[in-house]
Amino acid sequence: MEPSEQPTNGPLLRLTDIAVHYGAVIALNGVSLDVQRGEVVALMGPNGAGKSTVLKAIMGLAPVVTGEVHWRGDRLSAATHEIVQEGIAFVPQGRRVFTHLSIAENLEMGCLYLDDDAEQARRLEAVMELFPVLYPKRRDPASAMSGGQQQMLALGRGLMADPDLLLLDEPTLGLAPIIVTEVFEKVAEISERLRTTIMVVEHNIKGVLDIADRAYVLDKGNIAHEGTPQSVRDSTILTDVFLGRANPGQASED
Amino acid sequence: MAISAQTDADAAAEAPTPGLITRLARGNIELWANLLVITWAIVFMAWQGTGFAITIGTVFAIWAILAVSLNLVVGFTGLLSVGHVGFFGIGAYTMAVLTSNASYEAARTDAIPTYGWPFFAALPVAVVLAGVVAVVVGVAFNRFRDDIFVLVSFGFAIIAFNTFLNLREITRGAFGIHEIEKPAIGGWVIDGELEFLLFSLALLALVVLVSWLVVSSSFGRVLTAIREDEEAIAVFGYRVTHYKLAIWVISAMMAGLAGGLFASWTSFIDPNSFILLESMLLVSIVILGGLATIWGSLLGAMAFVLMEEGMRFLPFIPPEYVGQARQIVLGVLLVLLMLFRPQGLVGKYRL
Ligand SMILES: Nc1ncnc2c1ncn2[C@@H]1O[C@H](COP(=O)(O)OP(=O)(O)O)[C@@H](O)[C@H]1O
Ligand SMILES: [Mg+2]
Repeated sequence: MEPSEQPTNGPLLRLTDIAVHYGAVIALNGVSLDVQRGEVVALMGPNGAGKSTVLKAIMGLAPVVTGEVHWRGDRLSAATHEIVQEGIAFVPQGRRVFTHLSIAENLEMGCLYLDDDAEQARRLEAVMELFPVLYPKRRDPASAMSGGQQQMLALGRGLMADPDLLLLDEPTLGLAPIIVTEVFEKVAEISERLRTTIMVVEHNIKGVLDIADRAYVLDKGNIAHEGTPQSVRDSTILTDVFLGRANPGQASED
Repeated sequence: MAISAQTDADAAAEAPTPGLITRLARGNIELWANLLVITWAIVFMAWQGTGFAITIGTVFAIWAILAVSLNLVVGFTGLLSVGHVGFFGIGAYTMAVLTSNASYEAARTDAIPTYGWPFFAALPVAVVLAGVVAVVVGVAFNRFRDDIFVLVSFGFAIIAFNTFLNLREITRGAFGIHEIEKPAIGGWVIDGELEFLLFSLALLALVVLVSWLVVSSSFGRVLTAIREDEEAIAVFGYRVTHYKLAIWVISAMMAGLAGGLFASWTSFIDPNSFILLESMLLVSIVILGGLATIWGSLLGAMAFVLMEEGMRFLPFIPPEYVGQARQIVLGVLLVLLMLFRPQGLVGKYRL
């Protein structure tokens, strides 16, 4: 492998000073973060902190005014269809499965840039194996599934692109506790078995810190903390930001 | 405007499934709608005689091509277009200008240029021209946003009508174009009423087949996903605008085909056949039949044609008011439908 082509020491993904404005609303105010190959990175913070916006900015789905996204050391395109082809997949908040399509058809939606039918069939099988709950219902419309099953479907649909980086936005939102555990287990399994790098936005702090290698805390569009899961547990940062006591803009180092 | 049966995945998953009786009743409405329209058609045609049935059948074929094609846009992408009549008119005028009779024109003082093409040479041009204009309109307004789209298509219909009316050197404006060709295969001219009906039904069958292939392909599945959640499908790298443009153009080409057929059938057209109201009626037919269902559009077109023709026979409506009466009746019907059966006769989705 050519070192210039594939710098093995650099981060897989790097955000430098990303600012996103929605009209007068400043959703992100200069966010910089790194994601290393193979990591599970947690992104936490109160409602409206800008967590979803970080993921959307990576996917070319948010109005970025300044800053750069680098992927494998090179500047990443801002066009979603090119970003998808680079190997980044996004599982948006609220699952967003297509209820009028069958489960198999939903999964097929996830691999637009795959022309190889045999490969598609192989991936379908692999996803069904990872989420056995989907297999018996594969011909049923997605509307016939429970919320938890829909979340599994949304994860599977993201994996159909065989991504190097999987961005998950609130995968446990609105699910029963037992299902929440199951989702976290699946995310950990994806990371271990498929070696997929994962960045996950979560409000379930305990659950996500248990599976994460590193965590960022976001507050009012700024990174308020970066470090290991233990550093987050040890610090008062989460209570501070959730209770509005933090001083945004001052990132504390681990 | 958003079309959805259930956009909220959670609601879909957690809503209680309807009871057996409700489900049966719902199924029955569909069944009843089918039976009613088909029986009505058969009884009406048998009662009025063959000649009448043939005319109704041909009118039905033309409206059905328009309805099925418009449903591709309205039903499958959620874009409410009231501009379909513009493409219909482009097809009709292309047919008229290219095939109108040279010796007839030469005898007139206000002659327009003639080309003397045969029907089957002009028809592809009518279809392609409608498609080209659709590309131009689509790219110019390329955002295809739901809310502004109605206005864009409205503007297009108005511009198209005014072009037909004012481009007098080619369309002869309000005086219209006469002596439009009938289709001819070899030496056989399809000029009998029955032959023309069969020809029209063959074209309708072609349009239905193409539509069916489109909606049941993977392209059609993407359209279904776009209708349901445009933002979600964009996440996977689908360029939603391209898909909308593609179906918009396909739909316009089918309307162009209907226009060519219509011009040849009536052998005379003027701008009055292409007013905005025709588009409104067409949208009503699509909603009446049901969104995103080909069969629904066929049924809707049949119901509309029967109603329209049937009103001529009502003794209490003087003939000169039939035109207005059909609008009133259709308007009332549409309001009732929106209140009691928003998904149309056989549809699943709501506006
Ligand atoms: N499409 C949008 N238009 C306007 N404001 C938006 C939009 N999306 C997000 N915002 C605003 O940006 C801020 C960050 O939103 P978001 O990233 O969704 O927060 P989080 O995911 O952390 O709850 C919020 O103040 C939100 O209201
Ligand atoms: Mg969010």
